[in-house]
Amino acid sequence: MSNRVVVTGLGVVSPNGVGISAFLDAIQKGVSGIKFIPHYRDLNFSCQVAGMPAFEWESLKNYISEVTFHGLKGTNIGYGLAAAMDAWKDSGMAYDTDEPRWETGCVFGNSIADTEAMKNVISKVDNKEARKLGSRVVEQAMNSGVTSYISGRLGLGNKVITNSAACATGTQAILMGYEYIKHGYAKRMLVGSAEHVDTYVFGAFDSMRVLSRKFNDEPERASRPLSITAGGFVPGSGAGALVLEDLDFALARNAHIYAEVLGGSSNSGGQRQGGTMTAANSTGVKRCVNEAMERAGITGNDIDLVSGHLTATNADRQEIVNWTEALGRAGDDFPLTNSLKSMIGHSLSAAGSIETVASILQIVHGFVHPNINLEDPNPEIADLINLERLPVKMIKKEVNIVAKANFGFGDVNSCLILSKYK
Amino acid sequence: MTREEILAELKKVIAPYTTNKEMLAGIDERTDLIKDLKINSANLVDIIIDAEAKYDIEIDYDSADKMVNVGNCIDVISEKLTEKK
Repeated sequence: MSNRVVVTGLGVVSPNGVGISAFLDAIQKGVSGIKFIPHYRDLNFSCQVAGMPAFEWESLKNYISEVTFHGLKGTNIGYGLAAAMDAWKDSGMAYDTDEPRWETGCVFGNSIADTEAMKNVISKVDNKEARKLGSRVVEQAMNSGVTSYISGRLGLGNKVITNSAACATGTQAILMGYEYIKHGYAKRMLVGSAEHVDTYVFGAFDSMRVLSRKFNDEPERASRPLSITAGGFVPGSGAGALVLEDLDFALARNAHIYAEVLGGSSNSGGQRQGGTMTAANSTGVKRCVNEAMERAGITGNDIDLVSGHLTATNADRQEIVNWTEALGRAGDDFPLTNSLKSMIGHSLSAAGSIETVASILQIVHGFVHPNINLEDPNPEIADLINLERLPVKMIKKEVNIVAKANFGFGDVNSCLILSKYK
Repeated sequence: MTREEILAELKKVIAPYTTNKEMLAGIDERTDLIKDLKINSANLVDIIIDAEAKYDIEIDYDSADKMVNVGNCIDVISEKLTEKK
């Protein structure tokens, strides 16, 4: 049980940058990936902005055969494949293998299949043309579509599983991969998550009145975590992926090591004590963070950076309250905290993995990315912590330990403790 | 349509489903779709659906089962085209 687990590869498809170098540049400069979507205006959505990656669909031919590419329609699968293949390549390994890689598994999460792609299926069935659907629908409709495409391309032969825990999916996937290696069941796990917020899911969130609606004419300002004018989140799409390895296994092949996963926790507030389908039980959140720190062998004082969930809803303030209580730090003592969602919106299942990639880049390159759009911080948050702890410009500094947490519908929580590799 | 004409068209239908482009260029009536062209057996369904659309014919399940090599495919397609007339 003393195995250490390290990160040896990174891949990302983000609304503000596709590929690690573009993404790193964007988060250092505070570049927004939020755009106005004319189609959403035509559909009478209240929120008409979104974070959509500038993803070249044809680029998937760099990763999979033309036969596999032909008939691939699931946008979430495309994003997940690209991020996972990039992470794999980044870790210094080849794609092709004749033998299954028995030592390597995959935990990759997502929410639902691409409903827009499924629309064609529904209309064919309703038109009594089910026999024309062909062989490629089921594999993309199934929740395990993403992991199936990834593991098939790379011949992954250990545990292959798709997880789903709403907005906590990404951090949970990484934690599950970490635990599997830690327990000695696998030497390497390709982990991450993907999300494509299609028109129909977007519409359903729009109807819940939880989306940003007052900045449709200024899309780059629309995602405003921690701000007094934060009026809802901006849906985003994309994927993040990491290669996790047993330390000795990684050292034996001279792999480049980005960072270490020290531990984590995933729990639920049970939809009790104020927790509901859509709101977090604060006791559950704090337990999750405390368990993560305890398992990582650190205390709240060791944390240099909190990568928050912080979606830009009225839950932001309570999240800060929870962090102050879980870490036992407030006011001037509160750790530096940022929300990547200010730049890319909230990419639901993919949020945790994209934000973890960002966290690791901040550890590796020694910086704290800015919270953009925080020109008018919520005064009720200013009562809790020194606002300088919420940087609005990039800070260059050594970052040793990051706490990365996400909280999702169903009252589910996940927290990871990431560290510089020493 | 002659058998040669159907073969030429069939190549286009099969093309998206095989990575073996050299083999595809030189196919003849004996070429086996799965063994020679390495087509995933699940994708045979897609070739049949595409052929139905291309020739505006309907290939029933029993006929589809016969479409193992290129010659069988041409047999079934020309039979269905004749029925259509």
